[in-house]
Amino acid sequence: MNSKERWLLPAGINEILPNEANYLEKLRRRLLDLYASWGYELVIPPMVEYLESLLVTRGDALDLQTFKLIDQLTGRLMGVRADMTPQVARIDAHHLKRQVPTRLCYLGTVLHTRPNNFAGSRSPLQVGAELYGYQGIAADVEILSLMLETLREVGIEEFQVDIGHVSIYQNLIEQTKLNPQEKEDLFDAMKRKAVTEINELLSNVSAPLRQMLSELVQLNGDRNILQEARQVFSAATPEIHTALDDLEALSLSPQFREVSLHFDLAEARGYHYHTGIVFAAYVSKHGQAIAKGGRYDVGYNRPATGFSTNLLTLLSLLENPLSETTSAIFAPAQQDDATLTAKVQELRQAGEIVISGLANQTGDAQAMGCDRELRLMANGWEVVSFEK
Amino acid sequence: MLKIALSKGRIFKETLPLLAQAGIEPLENPETSRKLILKTKHDDVELVIIRATDVPTYVEYGAADVGVAGKDVLLEHGGEGLYEPVDLKIATCRLMVAGPVNAPPLHRRLRIATKFVNIARRYYAEKGEQVEIIKLYGSMELAPLVGLADRIVDVVDTGKTLKANGLEPLEHIADISSRLIINKAAMKIKHAQLKKLIQQLQQAVN
Repeated sequence: MNSKERWLLPAGINEILPNEANYLEKLRRRLLDLYASWGYELVIPPMVEYLESLLVTRGDALDLQTFKLIDQLTGRLMGVRADMTPQVARIDAHHLKRQVPTRLCYLGTVLHTRPNNFAGSRSPLQVGAELYGYQGIAADVEILSLMLETLREVGIEEFQVDIGHVSIYQNLIEQTKLNPQEKEDLFDAMKRKAVTEINELLSNVSAPLRQMLSELVQLNGDRNILQEARQVFSAATPEIHTALDDLEALSLSPQFREVSLHFDLAEARGYHYHTGIVFAAYVSKHGQAIAKGGRYDVGYNRPATGFSTNLLTLLSLLENPLSETTSAIFAPAQQDDATLTAKVQELRQAGEIVISGLANQTGDAQAMGCDRELRLMANGWEVVSFEK
Repeated sequence: MLKIALSKGRIFKETLPLLAQAGIEPLENPETSRKLILKTKHDDVELVIIRATDVPTYVEYGAADVGVAGKDVLLEHGGEGLYEPVDLKIATCRLMVAGPVNAPPLHRRLRIATKFVNIARRYYAEKGEQVEIIKLYGSMELAPLVGLADRIVDVVDTGKTLKANGLEPLEHIADISSRLIINKAAMKIKHAQLKKLIQQLQQAVN
């Protein structure tokens, strides 16, 4: 390594500098207040824990995304969290063990082995909320509403919401007599909407099922697509009709009357633990989903739905988040003046930022970013604004 | 505004007639123009001219909404970050393993020269063979001649270059053609426009 490169951070590891950090911290408080006002209790899961509880299935995308280290005390493998959702599910199932629906929220840095997006971060600031212990669609509606409220609170007003239901294609693929490899290939082609490949893979599947699977990939569009789906799946299993009932109920919710909803019944996203309705929000200037969530099962046998987003991604989408100018008062370096000390204390208690000058320091009040200073006048110390 | 990413050369030439059927025609010829963004007769459609291997990257991250990329490039790029709804059936060729004519079987770990590092690794892993892979950026055919590699993995069209260098195709990995690829966010946000484009191109292919 060249000595001139010693100060560089690892690829995809970010730090946040004063202005942005200040903005982010205010935003963090606003979001946690928002979640609190909906009855979501904050939990702070650990940075590292044993791999078995951190992961859902070994060898999946989440496993590959997780940094591992060996615990010197036990010799067991630990992981640095790459996703807080399984941690929060563990807290709900093993620590809280409530009989009633439980609402939890969280915010913290996670670490990824590989960046998720182009020249992207490996240390997202994940924020999210989860609702446990309720199977009905009302929980999904609440979580989606809170996800959209999060975007609005951050300052993102124009977005499109994409809604899918993973149990539709899971159910259809399960019914085929394809071998596990072929099922995986079909699932993979479905995710890419690769129609030619899908039809090739379906050549060995019997008629009604083949028809449904090949039409599934075309079932995307606005709310009307759900009626079309009813026709395509008229001969399908009751599970698929239940899924369509859920989607219809969600599309008719008054909360989303003003929201641009898009349905895509072949959509699969995120980690493999999703089981029911899934959703994601998109904005036109970002090529990937900016927030996502849905119903999932990470092995605790309790209904769960939730959403999460990377606060740093949301922040990067704002036009001009840092335009706030700081307002601070400079106090001259006169430590032995008790009246000055009292005045400074009084101003700070009133919520002002007061920066104490240091004797013989370089730079004056304005160079220190202050717009006012304390001056000794006839009536004692007074705050004086600088001429613009 | 819809941005369509294309690479110069064969893909561009063979995509143009298809796009023309969807009413999209460039106002300039990229072979003579030095511009990288070409306007079309449609006010809200632009063509972005980039390297073939960069097309999936541009589209996955939304720098372009739509692109045309060879299946070879897509297999090498990997992942689930893109939709590939239409097989355009253009720029067809085969992805193959090639080696010296009458090469004797080697009883040691093979050295494979290729620009398709991921495809080659997966292909040999599925065959149950561990190989050494040497990443090259061009003129793959040279590698076996000068002893840099035992085999190459590359796209083969007519096979003339292989033959001229004393090589022959040995194993078939995949049939290649170009696909229409679409950014996932664009598919949601510009749904009506893109669904129409997909239908028009699908018809043009048929």
